[in-house]
Amino acid sequence: MPQVAHPAFLVMGAYATYVLAGYGVDPLLAGLLLMPVFFVFGLGVYQFYYSTFEGRGSDQGLRGIAFFFGVAFIVQVGLILVFGVDQQLVDASYIGTSVEFGEMRIPKRMLVAFGVALALTSALALYFSRTFTGRAIRAVAQDEGALRLMGADPVRIKRWAFGIATATCALAGALLIIVGPVDPNVDRLYIGRTFCVVVLGGLGSMSGTLVAGLILGIAESVVLTTAGTAWAPAVAFGILLVVLGVRPAGLFGR
Amino acid sequence: MKRFLIGALAVLALAASMPLIFHNEYFFFAGYVVLQFIVLATAWNILGGYAGYVNFGSGAFFAVGAYTAVALYKAFALPLGLQILAGAAASGLLGFGVGMLTLRLRGIFFSIATIAVAIVLETVVLNWHYVGGAKGLPIMRPVETPFFASHTVWLFFVMAALAVLAVGAARYIETSWIGRGLRAIRDNEVAAECSGVPTLKLKLGAATLSGALMGAAGAPYAQYLSFIEPASTFSLNYAVNALAMPIIGGMGHWIGPVIGAVLLGSVQQIVTVTISSEINVLVVGVMLVVFVVAAPEGILGLFRKLFPSRKS
Repeated sequence: MPQVAHPAFLVMGAYATYVLAGYGVDPLLAGLLLMPVFFVFGLGVYQFYYSTFEGRGSDQGLRGIAFFFGVAFIVQVGLILVFGVDQQLVDASYIGTSVEFGEMRIPKRMLVAFGVALALTSALALYFSRTFTGRAIRAVAQDEGALRLMGADPVRIKRWAFGIATATCALAGALLIIVGPVDPNVDRLYIGRTFCVVVLGGLGSMSGTLVAGLILGIAESVVLTTAGTAWAPAVAFGILLVVLGVRPAGLFGR
Repeated sequence: MKRFLIGALAVLALAASMPLIFHNEYFFFAGYVVLQFIVLATAWNILGGYAGYVNFGSGAFFAVGAYTAVALYKAFALPLGLQILAGAAASGLLGFGVGMLTLRLRGIFFSIATIAVAIVLETVVLNWHYVGGAKGLPIMRPVETPFFASHTVWLFFVMAALAVLAVGAARYIETSWIGRGLRAIRDNEVAAECSGVPTLKLKLGAATLSGALMGAAGAPYAQYLSFIEPASTFSLNYAVNALAMPIIGGMGHWIGPVIGAVLLGSVQQIVTVTISSEINVLVVGVMLVVFVVAAPEGILGLFRKLFPSRKS
């Protein structure tokens, strides 16, 4: 499915966390609270997408992409109109303090974000490998027709998957604003990082996604310290272009 | 073909006689933008509308044309005609390169790669100090422009000629075997390949031509503004507009992008002047989504529904 609006949902999650944090809610808790809301929102978006494009079945590829691109654009401009182009940040007890390990100082917010991200990814990996619905989601990506023959409804499965993906955006958005300030234009950078990690790891491979995320993070830090901040945005996209050209299946793809 | 040629010449003559009717410089300033969008939308349509490959990086192709022209102007003071040719060549090469990398893959990968190219190139230009880097670079306009009332009027005419050229090229492709091949790719790529359509060659050709036209549209940009700066040149607005205009106008026919560009371009000029430029951007996004959902065949499709007897 040509879901290119995902990074926009991520930034939306960050801003929703920001709004909740304004009422004194802990940002992490806010992210968790937002998950069911985003889940339902995702179900709605998919249902709309399905009934207007997939259901009709006519030339869905191009218009589907254009649709999600337009949605992402509206989200971005909407956020600019409501919150302005300034960077926003949140406050919590674990933001701004750090833990010392001998010589090293690690900011607590990074540890929190790392822990939650790891837990979330592990939970998703378990979900996709152990539960029936999780396996069905992976199956629908491979062969819709076969899934239908097995007695599962591909549309329901895809709607469910879309909901989960959107709910993940809520928590990821909360982590994003915990780690650093957020402005409406960052989704353009995250579209590159997202696709870079997914393509480098191999589509559909959870462990590959973790490894690719690490590789990209290290590569960006190395470029950041050696070539300067101005070059950092190009890293993710550079890797993405190289992977697309050399090995489109990714590191762990089949 | 003959009728189209006469029409094209008439449009050019009209553009040349505009200064006799309008004396307000702003008309040409705004008209230039609309014409520029006609070129961009038509170029996008060659790959997007005919072959079904979505380019999200129109801004990058546009900017490559603009920055090639600026670099050559600064280095050798090349005249505008050569700047446009060089800009078109550079962007065409870029289109070919991106096509080589990704057109063998599924369509969505091409779309993502074009976003990637846009960001990588923007970063490169931000760090390229010869053409001003992030600060931008002021460009001196030539003092005199023979035969034309002012430099803006001259650029307006140049862009009108480019628009006619772009639409002519698109129309030629649409009516020839190339267009048939591209449409076959859009409808079913595997079937097209099996029936002997040279799919990769056609896609590469379309990507090159589409890129070259976008580059040509970008080449006079610095002269038009007397200034160039990366953020506005690589702006996402170009990408969104280049994609929204053909979809809103109608993608199957060469007149579709022209209708979309004239309509959206004029609306945007009016909204920017009367309300605000942020709202103007929002208008484009909302119109894109509304049309994709409610009128997938664009304005042309609506027109055909209203007058079903008319065959086109």
